Amino acid sequence: MKTIYFDNNATTKVAEEVLEEMKPLFCELYGNPSSMHTFGGQIGRKIRKAREQVAGLLGCDPSEIIFTSCGTESDNAAVKGTLAAAPNKRKVITTRVEHPAVLAVCRELENHGYTVVELSVDKQGRLDMAELEEQIDDDTVLVTIMYANNETGVVFPIDKIAELVTTRGVVFHTDAVQAVGKIPLNLSKSSIDLLSLSGHKLHAPKGIGALYVRKGTRLAPFMLGGHQEAGKRAGTENVPGIVGLGVACELAAKNIKEENDRVKYLRDKLENAILEQCPDSMLNGDKENRLPNTSNISFEFIEGEAILLMLDKYGICASSGSACTSGSLEPSHVLRAMGVPFTAAHGSIRFSLSRYNTEEEVYYTIEKMPEIVNRLRELSPFVAK
Amino acid sequence: MWEYTDKVKEHFFNPRNVGEIKDPDGTGEVGSLACGDALKLTFKLDKNGKIADAKFKTFGCASAIATSSVLTDMIKGLTLEEAAKITNRDIANYLGGLPEQKMHCSVMGREALEAAIENYRTGGRKKHELEGNVVCTCFGVTENEIERVIRENDLTTVEQVTNYCKAGGGCGGCQGQIEKLIEKIQGDKAGQVIEPAPRWASKLTNIQKIQLIQQTINEQIRPALRAHGGNIELIDVEGDKVIVAFRGMCAQCHLAEFTMKDVVEAKLREFVSDELFVEEDRESAQQPHNHRE
Repeated sequence: MKTIYFDNNATTKVAEEVLEEMKPLFCELYGNPSSMHTFGGQIGRKIRKAREQVAGLLGCDPSEIIFTSCGTESDNAAVKGTLAAAPNKRKVITTRVEHPAVLAVCRELENHGYTVVELSVDKQGRLDMAELEEQIDDDTVLVTIMYANNETGVVFPIDKIAELVTTRGVVFHTDAVQAVGKIPLNLSKSSIDLLSLSGHKLHAPKGIGALYVRKGTRLAPFMLGGHQEAGKRAGTENVPGIVGLGVACELAAKNIKEENDRVKYLRDKLENAILEQCPDSMLNGDKENRLPNTSNISFEFIEGEAILLMLDKYGICASSGSACTSGSLEPSHVLRAMGVPFTAAHGSIRFSLSRYNTEEEVYYTIEKMPEIVNRLRELSPFVAK
Repeated sequence: MWEYTDKVKEHFFNPRNVGEIKDPDGTGEVGSLACGDALKLTFKLDKNGKIADAKFKTFGCASAIATSSVLTDMIKGLTLEEAAKITNRDIANYLGGLPEQKMHCSVMGREALEAAIENYRTGGRKKHELEGNVVCTCFGVTENEIERVIRENDLTTVEQVTNYCKAGGGCGGCQGQIEKLIEKIQGDKAGQVIEPAPRWASKLTNIQKIQLIQQTINEQIRPALRAHGGNIELIDVEGDKVIVAFRGMCAQCHLAEFTMKDVVEAKLREFVSDELFVEEDRESAQQPHNHRE
């Protein structure tokens, strides 16, 4: 059975071009870039090139990129590193819909005497800029707000937010793990101080991430040891990962237009057909300000895990915000923050596409979805015959 | 991804006995849309008093559907006395086992069966209703129900109890109570009385006391409130008076009937000192959600 992969916000396929560039770095060019000999030293050039490729996609200077092991590490480093560099201020502002890589870190800060404000969102998952502005005070050290939401795809007006925050003298970090490669960025023209990205969300392998640190931003080193990554993040470089991320960023820069057009076309086709053909289904999140690849749909009276398993039987991969899929007993914190009723949150399904999806896959899923929904509704005690 | 047995998958993809029997002899309903799973069971008896037919309708995950399907298969041909003896473990075993976190589905099946039998016998309530003290207010689970799953499944941890009947899986505020119920039952079983955990034997210094209060709030109290979108802040400690402020949704939370102050006080007394009492800092609590000075 063919796998139809609509779960690209979870992780993505490594691009063939990426893998090709990585291959020689395992058994042939395995030197340590810190070594004095040519064999190791030549690797340094590859890392430099990758740094340029990443900077190219972000529109920043290569010296502003620190390679990390993943998006979560970048987020942890950005938050903790900023606080460590400004020990006199005790207030952090974030949102209720952040990824756990930010939210869990912020909540832990409360145990260390920090005041953490979690901004709420409206029914479409949008922030209230006035609330943010009101919350920033002299004690505020950091505002961390995600670029695009992993569950709903809702994109926040980050450039505007960054400007608002930084003009008040507060550091601004954004978790852009879902945005990088899908939304054109030009950090040299924005006020963002810190930005996290993850390789495996844009067709690089797992185990590589990066943190953009604007020149002049104060950030305490987060891994002590050698001099790698300008002493901020010690540890022998993950050379294949770094090179892979570089190629992936170059590909993404080339493909951004395509993501925005073709992927959006496929996503819209899938979404519109499902919403039209499945009664009592609704879209979660702001329809306009949204990633081009993400669609989060709730199906009333049925449960997400059951839908996923039925989809799985047809080889279709998606994910759900239902309680049962997470192993916890309550549905997605993002949907709950948006005020999506429990009933709809339990039956939410996220489809997230990539440039590797085809029109044929979309048609196949459109064909199967109403069948699955009807079948489960036949079982449901809440659906009248 | 859950590890489901082939039998679970088979009953999920090809559920038996779906539907509702017209003019049933017994009807049992458990769960709700908000809880994430719900089951309606109907049965009809033959003239010998055996279950001639049983049907179900279920909202829920794969294991909830498989459990319901298998239950209807299991009870057909049984007398009500025989059917009443079925435990949640029997249902799970029939499926070749369920993932631990899904055991509550088997408990839901047993509850629906009980409710249906009772409906037949008394003609009364169809819904599985709460008897006795409600321990878990998030999922509406009573002391009786918790004690029963502990006994029938020989449970020893709070996490297990949550897996089996959801109690403690929402805000987590009742986890201490669940622990006591486990101690009571497992202690009874072993014929021994478990002593309560030792308190701080020696007198605490002021700094130690404040640290311990803060730690108890961080570890025991805040996570519970967090789960409901609320929060708590330690404002001050004056001798044995602990002044706290509640934030966020705690104010309008349906748990309010318990008064958060009492819950916090109980925790602090349990973990820090019997002498403590809690006062709410009303002034700062009146600020809107999440807003602080």
